[in-house]
Amino acid sequence: MSERIYIYKRYERFWHWSQALLIIVMMITGFEVHDSFTLLGFQKAVQLHTLAAWTLLTLWAFTIFWQFTTGEWRQYLPSLKNVLAMVHYYTIGIFTNSPHPFRKTVVQKHNPLQRLAYLALLAFISPLIWISGLLYLFYGDWGRLGLDAWLSLEWVAVAHTLGAYMITAFFFIHVYLTTTGHTLTAHIKAMITGWEEVDEHQKT
Amino acid sequence: MRRSANFVAATLFMLCSAMVSATQAPAVPAPMPSAKTASTTDHRKLEALQGPFKTGPEVTKACLSCHNMAAHQVMKSIHWTWEAISPTTGKKLGKQHAANNFCGSITSNETRCTSCHSGYGWKDKNFDFSEQSNVDCLACHDTTGTYKKFGTDAGHPLYADREFEPMEGPPGKKLFKAPDLTGIAQQVGKPGRKNCGSCHFSGGGGDAVKHGDLDSSLVKPKKELDVHMAEDGANMACADCHTFNAHQPSGSRYAATSKDKHGFDLPKDDHNRATCESCHGFSPHQEAKINNHTGKVACQTCHIPEFARGGIATKMLWDWSTAGKMGPDGKPLFIKDEHGHLTYSAAKGDFKLGENVRPEYKWYNGVVHQVTITDKIDDSKVLELNRVEGSAKDPNARIWPFKVMHGKQPYDTENKTLVVNHVFGEDDTAFWKHYDYAKSIKAGMEYAGFPYSGKFGFIETRMNWFITHMVAPKDKAVPCQECHTRAEDGRLAAITDIYLPGRDRNRLVDLFGGLAIIGAIGAGGLHGLMRIITRRRKENAK
Repeated sequence: MSERIYIYKRYERFWHWSQALLIIVMMITGFEVHDSFTLLGFQKAVQLHTLAAWTLLTLWAFTIFWQFTTGEWRQYLPSLKNVLAMVHYYTIGIFTNSPHPFRKTVVQKHNPLQRLAYLALLAFISPLIWISGLLYLFYGDWGRLGLDAWLSLEWVAVAHTLGAYMITAFFFIHVYLTTTGHTLTAHIKAMITGWEEVDEHQKT
Repeated sequence: MRRSANFVAATLFMLCSAMVSATQAPAVPAPMPSAKTASTTDHRKLEALQGPFKTGPEVTKACLSCHNMAAHQVMKSIHWTWEAISPTTGKKLGKQHAANNFCGSITSNETRCTSCHSGYGWKDKNFDFSEQSNVDCLACHDTTGTYKKFGTDAGHPLYADREFEPMEGPPGKKLFKAPDLTGIAQQVGKPGRKNCGSCHFSGGGGDAVKHGDLDSSLVKPKKELDVHMAEDGANMACADCHTFNAHQPSGSRYAATSKDKHGFDLPKDDHNRATCESCHGFSPHQEAKINNHTGKVACQTCHIPEFARGGIATKMLWDWSTAGKMGPDGKPLFIKDEHGHLTYSAAKGDFKLGENVRPEYKWYNGVVHQVTITDKIDDSKVLELNRVEGSAKDPNARIWPFKVMHGKQPYDTENKTLVVNHVFGEDDTAFWKHYDYAKSIKAGMEYAGFPYSGKFGFIETRMNWFITHMVAPKDKAVPCQECHTRAEDGRLAAITDIYLPGRDRNRLVDLFGGLAIIGAIGAGGLHGLMRIITRRRKENAK
């Protein structure tokens, strides 16, 4: 028996998928700027990368507003409780058909490991990328801002590249983990429709 | 809920597109007024110009009868003195003193070289630089295109038709017509591209030889070749940028402006428009990221992708050391390639030519260290005749494009100086008559009054020629990835003191980052594989 709960609200789904698209665009164009491959040409890659970055920043402005007005920001508060259970599940339980130790609810849609991962993303990777990225973008204004004595383009660029590798690694793990629901596509379906099926018998 | 999400999404995209399309000032300056402005004087009707004129100086006297300041002004200009003090190094330069790796020295070769002097009769050191009638008005002010200073008459045009056999031309005499001085004098006007070009397109002794970005293809260029001078482009004349003030030209190769800090030049300013910024300002691009380049990259670096693009090859190498070979017939040897370009001349040595050549790029801060003929030189290495100064740290330096001319030329192996080689003349020492360096160098040095040990050798030299003409239309500018690339032949491969995005990277970050991505994909794959295997096992067990 299973129960359907409405877990991802409409704005949240819009946010997730547009953010996903923008991040994929930035990964591709960013690594082209890094000359890892040639696809659009350097200039177009830079233009698209910059456009996507501004779009994502705007999206985040709305999303932060949404998080606080809906109280959803609490979903990202970390908790060490049950983290070990999650680790145990992903390393052993998942192979022995043990039940998922975490049960999604509307007020708790992230498992403890997810909360930690998203917090790390918000606290470390994203500031690294955004700060270095904005400095990179405004390189031409360093002199006016009095930053040129403190910064070198090389360090800013290398920091941005480091952040890019980290978010790309995160991206692949994130995509893989979407397949670990009770069916392969359960999590992805939930992110599309908003509805997730939750096993009834785990309720207690 | 639904409505608000739609609204948010729509607002979001409107905001983003607005942010991107916000543009700055227009990139292209307002069109120039037509080059042909109506004159208030019809020179054909002037009594002073009725002639008939038999010589150049006669014409000049007639011009000066009205334009009574003109000769005094010309006499102060570099076109007349061929001498200049470098504003940055204080060194006395100009054609009379600076060394080059083309023809060599004017001294002792005046009659030939001064066919490009803005005067008449500079045939030796005794030329009177103060005689007003020696000024040549027509070279610059002829509008008929028929005035031509003859190559070997010390700046005079032909005054009667003459049969003449050019040294490197096809064998046999050719008839050269004398121009109609009276008709030309009656139709004078503002200098056009052809006037300036008659000398500046032929620097180094022939069309396209010297500069690489100046040759006769610019008389009527296609827009692709030169967006400013093309008739279907801005149709500008040289003097529209190289503005003249009282016959003094603006723009100088001995101290080219590395970075214009003044920007737009308005009528109240110094009337010097010989920089791109004079008309295009500091932020000519719509995209801020491209404008950010202008502090460190000269406009020419991106906007002149190649030089010698007009179908006329420029000399890239000139090796004097092989000159003097005779052919099987005992006559001086001249070899031409399939395009009719000389690749060997008994008079001058070996040549290499180039068309559509990609420039070399160097930092340049406005200071050129120009070697003169009397300077002590270091013959243990290749001699750079005009080293340009600059580095990434230098706030005045920008990356500039250059034609780097390769040369090998005679020098005094004992005194360690370059030499004056007497190439042209009817006497018994001129190299182009007798092909004997020992005699020609001795004669040249004696004539110049420079010390000479009597021993000579050949030194390899380089010369930097600023590439600043042949500006292509904007869609033909150098694409970003020709510099921002890891490829070893990237345009800025030689500029190593900057971090260049797309080219430079931190190898450790790339290594660990690459491993992290491979690790993430690998871990996912492995985990997934184990899930498949354990599930199968369970199903089998059932």
